[in-house]
Amino acid sequence: MVTVLFFARIREQLGIDRLSLILPQEPMTVSRLKQHIVDIHNPDWSDILMADNVIKAVNQEVVDDNHSLKEGDEIAFFPPVTGG
Amino acid sequence: MLFSLRLPVVEMTANFSVSVQQQDFDVSAELTLLREQSSQVGAIANFVGVVRDINDQQNVATLELEHYPGMTEKSISDIMAQAAERWQLLGGRVIHRIGKLSPGDQIVLVAVSSLHRGEAFAACEFIMDYLKTRAPFWKKELTPDGERWVDARDSDHSAAERWNYSF
Repeated sequence: MVTVLFFARIREQLGIDRLSLILPQEPMTVSRLKQHIVDIHNPDWSDILMADNVIKAVNQEVVDDNHSLKEGDEIAFFPPVTGG
Repeated sequence: MLFSLRLPVVEMTANFSVSVQQQDFDVSAELTLLREQSSQVGAIANFVGVVRDINDQQNVATLELEHYPGMTEKSISDIMAQAAERWQLLGGRVIHRIGKLSPGDQIVLVAVSSLHRGEAFAACEFIMDYLKTRAPFWKKELTPDGERWVDARDSDHSAAERWNYSF
């Protein structure tokens, strides 16, 4: 299982703040995981998750789309940050 | 908890700390703590961010701050470790508030102590610039016309680029 978290505008657009998923057998990257989530949940999520400015983090480190995933990972998708 | 392998290993002492909290903070008390941590302290620089009442020509009634629990603390700790690598610092304190805030409220404190002012000033700006562009916080403004997520500013990214963050 992996945990997928959504924050801020993305969380509101999807209407969900977290998912638990079983990783498919094939080697999985962040970009493939996004497609997998869209495939099993909602085709309308594609535009939201695939947008250029979506930031991806794995185990609380920012990564790019090619990052490889493994069992137990915590993956997060969020918009550009606006703290401070 | 996983830590980045890309980061240099820096000894972070108890003199550096991060809090993410709903409640307000007392700047004077925080600076006193930094001052009393070490008899070597010769300079303390600090920055306090305050909620504005008007943003992009809109009146702001309330600001709501969301964050990514765990990653916020970790990312700010990482940047303090980076700052401690670049400059000779004696201590550091970052407090970032979350939840509902009103115009005039304090939202963030960055305070750094060092032997001399140059290092304290630079490290304080470095930490703040990072925080604005990398730490996972999001502001939502509640205005008389409804609510809206605040957009990231290009100027914050320009300010951050000068430091050439290594991560």
